[in-house]
Amino acid sequence: MIRLEARQSVPGWLRLAATAGAGVAALVLVAIPIAVAGVGVFDAYALMAKGAFGTVFAASETLTRATPLILTGLAAAVAFRAKLWNIGAEGQLYAGALAAVAVGSGAISAPPAVMVPLVLVAGALAGALLMLGPALLKLRFGADEVVTTLLLNFVVLLFVQMMLEGPMKDPMGLGWPQSMPVTDAASLPKLMARTRLHAGLIIGLVLAVGVAILMRRMVWGFEIRAVGENAAAARYAGVPVTATMVRVALISGGLAGLAGVGEVAGLKGYLTSDLSPGFGYAGIVVAMLAGLSPIGVIVAAIFIAGVFVGADSMSRATGVSNYLADLVVAMSLLCVLLGGFLTRFRIRLRRG
Amino acid sequence: MTDRAPVLQLDGITKRFGPLVANDGIDLKLAPGEIVALLGENGAGKTTLMNILFGHYTADAGRVRVADGAGGLRDLEPGSPAAALAAGIGMVHQHFTLAENLTGLENIVLGTEPVLRFWGGRAEARAKAARLTRESGLEVDLDARVDQLAVGERQRVEILKALYRDVRVLVLDEPTAVLTPQEAEGLFAVLRRLAARGLAVVFISHKLGEVLAVSHRIAVLRAGRKVGELETARADRRAIADLMVGREVAASRRAPLEPGAPVLEIDGADVAASDARRALHGATLRVRAREIVGIAGVSGNGQAALAALIAGLAAPARGEMRLNGRPVARHDPRAFVEAGVARVPEDRHHDGIIGAMTIAENVAIEDIRARGFQHWGFIDFAAIRARAEAAIRDYDVRCPGPDAPARLLSGGNIQKLILARVLERDPRLILANQPTRGLDVGAQAEVHRRLLAARERGAGVVLISEDLDEIFALSDRIVVIHAGRLTEAGPPEGLDRGTVGLMMAGHGREDAA
Repeated sequence: MIRLEARQSVPGWLRLAATAGAGVAALVLVAIPIAVAGVGVFDAYALMAKGAFGTVFAASETLTRATPLILTGLAAAVAFRAKLWNIGAEGQLYAGALAAVAVGSGAISAPPAVMVPLVLVAGALAGALLMLGPALLKLRFGADEVVTTLLLNFVVLLFVQMMLEGPMKDPMGLGWPQSMPVTDAASLPKLMARTRLHAGLIIGLVLAVGVAILMRRMVWGFEIRAVGENAAAARYAGVPVTATMVRVALISGGLAGLAGVGEVAGLKGYLTSDLSPGFGYAGIVVAMLAGLSPIGVIVAAIFIAGVFVGADSMSRATGVSNYLADLVVAMSLLCVLLGGFLTRFRIRLRRG
Repeated sequence: MTDRAPVLQLDGITKRFGPLVANDGIDLKLAPGEIVALLGENGAGKTTLMNILFGHYTADAGRVRVADGAGGLRDLEPGSPAAALAAGIGMVHQHFTLAENLTGLENIVLGTEPVLRFWGGRAEARAKAARLTRESGLEVDLDARVDQLAVGERQRVEILKALYRDVRVLVLDEPTAVLTPQEAEGLFAVLRRLAARGLAVVFISHKLGEVLAVSHRIAVLRAGRKVGELETARADRRAIADLMVGREVAASRRAPLEPGAPVLEIDGADVAASDARRALHGATLRVRAREIVGIAGVSGNGQAALAALIAGLAAPARGEMRLNGRPVARHDPRAFVEAGVARVPEDRHHDGIIGAMTIAENVAIEDIRARGFQHWGFIDFAAIRARAEAAIRDYDVRCPGPDAPARLLSGGNIQKLILARVLERDPRLILANQPTRGLDVGAQAEVHRRLLAARERGAGVVLISEDLDEIFALSDRIVVIHAGRLTEAGPPEGLDRGTVGLMMAGHGREDAA
């Protein structure tokens, strides 16, 4: 008979070792389809690593790709800590991008010192307000936020498409459904010449540290953790559960909204309905890989971005499909979840 | 009836859990066709005894013997549920042990056949289950999934499961706790029918009325000892109540104190609940400083609603509530904490602590927003750590340290942690809801000492307890709760337990005395 026994406590080193072990396990598992595709496993991985981090440009591409993932990863990490299952980061990202374009593509003209913060605040606010609805529905009526946030993603995307075909369509856009470009004053500054790296990365890193401080050092974070771990006891002890949930929803939605601002005002310059290749959903994977740790989110986001950028480059060199990237990410997630499970439980074999 | 050859005999069963003696030299005999009620208050040792019989626990002393085929008594292998089952002992636990995603029939058959033969033997199994259903009167849809069944039906499946294994002794642990009165009547009829066919039944309960209704013989347990055994036909309600709760008045450990100003006044409060019996109806309660008011009652009679009201978790639908003479404006736990109410929850694991957070965080949680524990929204970890260290020291919380997760604590230490959290603020009113349930004797004494010390310091205390000993030992006044209504019984001096016991069963003050 196989029995699972909960461990009394999980030491920190074991958790780190489990994550590292999970990464190795994922790479070993993915080696199988690579070998089946007839390519040298080590060559493929070397090409991936080189494509992701081998040159300054490659690394800058990886970090550019990691920027929205850090923000959506933080959005998921904060919400999941409170057991608020925000699956709607994708929609919140688009809402943030839409707000950024609405404010930053010429409607207001002011110097960058005003415009950049304005665009950021508008985007964060849009994402936050979009998440407020599902949170209130959950608190008031017990509506499952997994369903409401997930479905809102499609609503928002359709709304964006409607706006891009209608009132926000760029008259100079040769008929393409895209918004007017974000003005120079409202654009996020570039970080490095001849790369696509933009200030969104700095914002993401600062916010990751900020969220870490919030969760570990501040009363709000304390209350978020308390509500997430045991809402009944938190309520009994006087923690304002409803207010905390609303706060978490606003923070989470705001972070996802900022991801959209970065993509539109830092990278692309204008809004299209294919702005995000699923950064919102990938943020959930990032958060889970990071074990909901805000600093871990940075690492996990760079890892996932590196896998995608590296796989593209490997694919060009070897002809192995770049869907391999999805496989690596999926395997990593499964291995990390399994690793987390195995650190929390001991497996005992017993005859009986 | 005891002169018939017994099917089961327990001799001198003793079981200790640390310093607590749960069973102390208990003898019990059971003849075929007999329904014996095991009566006692919570914690009297009823369930422990039956768990020993069924092999969940091993007794420290004593022997369990079961009749074999030839009618001779044989020792039952201790600590083995399989042996108990093989010897024909079946148990229906308070918490059902059914697989909810299987049908009733599948649950009944589960474990009796090798997995590979299960489907082949199904028709046979169905025929046997149907026959048992018919004979016993346990009507239930055998093909419905268990999660579709009502609680009463699930219980019938549990009983059928035992009968299917051809048990000769059926143990039912508090079977009526989950049943409506009508369902309970139905169950009694079934039990009588089964007994008439030769089954021996042990019926565990703390409800006097049903024990009198269904049993042939009553064995009364109190504090781990069998304090009496009598034929039901010759039993008198009052005598059993006295046996159950104990005649001797526990020495009052209270120093006489003059009560002060009222700290809690509830006037005609209604508090809703899912079921009318658990709601509060027109409750009026007055608690003064330096006074412990004990709320006696059988579980599920509105205690939870009263506790929620005093804890700030529920607002009254009707009626008024004043704390320290001031009407309550906000029914909110934090407002109550700030008004000086210390709240000890009934379910300390679920409502009392957050297991994943540290002991220090759990001690500080009610005060986390107070000045001194945070500055500009940043937690002062040095302050909460110092507070936790003081709590661990002063309340003797046995733990690895203030940074250990609270889930590592034992029940008694969780309670100490909660007391440290709520009592250190010098509360004016203390709500202690089942403060010693499940604690060992040492931890119980510690909780009592803390409550009495708080009373001397000037706090008013509402003590909700199902343990009459505790109520009598600590209370300055006793109030009985029954079906959501509060009735003043008066000071414990000059009040006897039988009277309170009858009031708990719903009799008025006059008619009980």
